[in-house]
Amino acid sequence: MNIAYSTELICFLILSAVIVSGSLAVVLLENIVYSAFLLGGVFMAVAGLYLLLNASFVAAAQILVYVGAVNVLILFAIMLVNNKEKLKPIKGLKTRKLISGGVCGGLLILLLRVSITTKWNLPGPSSIGEEATEIIGEHLFTDYLLPFELASILLLMAMIGAIVLARRDVSSPTAYLNDLKNQNSLTDKKIPLLSENSLK
Amino acid sequence: MLENSTGPVPLQAYLIVAAFLFCTGVWGLINSRNAVRVLMSIELMLNAVNINLMSFSSYIDGSVIRGQVFSIFVITVAAAEAAVGLAILLSLYRNRVTIDMESFNLLKW
Repeated sequence: MNIAYSTELICFLILSAVIVSGSLAVVLLENIVYSAFLLGGVFMAVAGLYLLLNASFVAAAQILVYVGAVNVLILFAIMLVNNKEKLKPIKGLKTRKLISGGVCGGLLILLLRVSITTKWNLPGPSSIGEEATEIIGEHLFTDYLLPFELASILLLMAMIGAIVLARRDVSSPTAYLNDLKNQNSLTDKKIPLLSENSLK
Repeated sequence: MLENSTGPVPLQAYLIVAAFLFCTGVWGLINSRNAVRVLMSIELMLNAVNINLMSFSSYIDGSVIRGQVFSIFVITVAAAEAAVGLAILLSLYRNRVTIDMESFNLLKW
């Protein structure tokens, strides 16, 4: 029992340290590629927390969806738009960062106060442990059936929308010209996603 | 392990980690100038919410686990949001040849 306790405590401490430092690094690092890979690390540490909370199915879903899909998608986006541009300096950036840091610190203090001083209804019913996956399946096909189907429709819509948004409009050149005419602020030179030259 | 309330990690510890993750995400969302990093910050915030849902589901609602079902839905919506967000980002990049958030002011008054 003692070994189990200390193991759980050590696992929690390591995972939360990874989450805290990793999220700070994701936000603060200059190089966006490092940020993306560290984001994958944060996602995996969150999956570890789910395992500590007796939720193996959601941990597996977290790894599959976040690390396997979202993080890879972010890496692809970085590779597609990575042009190492020098950002123009804007004045007041330091004060903006400081003020927003103050606001976020205040929000953090507020959340900490709420989570510590609230009398949670503990201890609740004992955790069901390994049967969680079966119970999630029952939930998804009985009382959460409508949200489940809506989620599938949402995924289909998102997929079609992403394809429509991200593809080059090759079929209608007139629409493209109208766009150029309507928006004066557009830069004239368009960079196609995968031009003939970049493929060679 | 079965009796969660007697475990070494209290519920508040999970809530504190999630609060920190959420505030980091908010800060990054406000201050990032790279549009991809803004999307990453949104993912951080969604993960913080998921940690909260999962810890409440395990500690307070241990026998019915509605929180786990909700977090699965959150994961689904987050995946859809990431796909559409990155597609919007790509088409913005094709039109304006930059990913600086300060130059995306087409909709400004």
